[in-house]
Amino acid sequence: MICDQDQPKVLTVLDAKKDTARQRWMGVLARASAAEIAGLFASLEDRPDYQIIKRPETGTLMVEGRAGGAGQRFNVGEATMTRCVIRLTDGRIGFSYALGRDRVKAEQSAVLDALLQSGDQRVVVLQNGIGALERTQKEARELASRKAAATKVNFFTLVRGDG
Amino acid sequence: MYVAVKGGEAAILATHDLVAEERRGDVSVPEISVEQIREQMQLSVARVMNEGSLYDEDLGALALKQTQGDLIEAAFLMRAYRTTLPRFGSSVPVDTATMAIRRRISATYKDLPGGQVLGPTYDYTHRLFDFTLMANGEHAPAATAADHSLDAAMPRVPDILGDEGLMEAEVPPQHDPRPFDLTRDPVEFPAGRDVRLQTLSRGDEGFLLGLAYSVQRGFGGNHPFAGEIRMGEVAVSFVPEELGFEIDLGEITLTECQMVNQFKGSIEQPPQFTRGYGLAFGHAERKAMSMAIIDRSLKAREFGEAAEYPAQQEEFVLYHCDNVEASGFVEHLKLPHYVDFQGELELLRKIRREQKERLAERKEAAE
Repeated sequence: MICDQDQPKVLTVLDAKKDTARQRWMGVLARASAAEIAGLFASLEDRPDYQIIKRPETGTLMVEGRAGGAGQRFNVGEATMTRCVIRLTDGRIGFSYALGRDRVKAEQSAVLDALLQSGDQRVVVLQNGIGALERTQKEARELASRKAAATKVNFFTLVRGDG
Repeated sequence: MYVAVKGGEAAILATHDLVAEERRGDVSVPEISVEQIREQMQLSVARVMNEGSLYDEDLGALALKQTQGDLIEAAFLMRAYRTTLPRFGSSVPVDTATMAIRRRISATYKDLPGGQVLGPTYDYTHRLFDFTLMANGEHAPAATAADHSLDAAMPRVPDILGDEGLMEAEVPPQHDPRPFDLTRDPVEFPAGRDVRLQTLSRGDEGFLLGLAYSVQRGFGGNHPFAGEIRMGEVAVSFVPEELGFEIDLGEITLTECQMVNQFKGSIEQPPQFTRGYGLAFGHAERKAMSMAIIDRSLKAREFGEAAEYPAQQEEFVLYHCDNVEASGFVEHLKLPHYVDFQGELELLRKIRREQKERLAERKEAAE
């Protein structure tokens, strides 16, 4: 198992829920398409040197649900997922985890995660890139919601006769 | 009993070539791509992901292409592939209350917070052929978008009645235990709700639909209302051991159905509505509704109802709803059973011979 020295191994549920900048960018990277990640990666002026700690690997994640939405936990079924861990020459470790089976995206996302943690100059450009991806994702969600909203309906109940 | 045979390699290789040719069909017609299936046959892909018990739209589409659209064979491919992959862990239980809604309807409340949203549905179509799809193809159809998005908060309908105490509560058992996993452990009876829901999630839509229909027709004694059906995207998150905090992995499409059924009460508990729950991958409404009806009928034991009908008998339902297992057993009958059959043939001949001899003896004795 890979253990990031900066992170204690056992955290409380409260800590696990915390909404940090890193969690935010990891989520944006996971939700981006392979092409978007490749674009962001290509936008780096000089490619960082890195070492692969855990090569991109595809496996499954058991998706859990809850009975009634809020009750007893149960297994709905699995989903494919790919992960990767890399280390930059400065020692920073980058992780990536995303649904799907794209290994190039996994490796590039892990590198981006490591870079985003550093105080490097490149980070500003990257942060802008993450911001742009986040906006694209939000806009796509909003458009889908507005299309659904166009199908909002008011049914009228008719009085039923005795016949 | 099946007895192993050997030989036939040349014929088997030839059948592989032949099926590949059949699958391709008329070569003057353009070949269909996996991307086309994923984008344009989404509801079939959803069914394959459900019954294959693996969410991956590209693989669902590939499975359909490879099997000439045979849904059960495609689900089989998904199941087989899944066994080759390592399991990284379990997600944080998905929260359907935060779903990015694309469809949400209730047959119990006309006016509900957030409103009724038809979304993409064939419900209000006339079921008449659209021959333009055959003649001209579609010209990038564009859906209308409203000026505003849907409400951010869309409460789950049973939770509304739950506030009044009129609805059976759905609360996690003490210590919120890890759910049973039928891919790891054998199913035992009586089966817990987690075992039943996992089995139904991967169960055959047709089988569950038929059983649900039987419940409605009186072979189960429930009168369900579709309290709510919602479909949309839900975030999947995971806490990797090496990081120790929750990571958003992206989203999946889910369909959820909450069935509301008639009352049950006891000395301690005043009468209240009872619930059935269905959750399926992708847009799979018929599946989620059938699952919810069967989830409720399988609660017969908990509610002290006599389990008189098939849909109430958990062994019957859980052992027979898996179409990959079912087709494996039914279709294995195609494999050579020569030795077995020869044995039966010999036995039948012997019985006939003995019967003939007995009759002859009796005839002799009578004379």
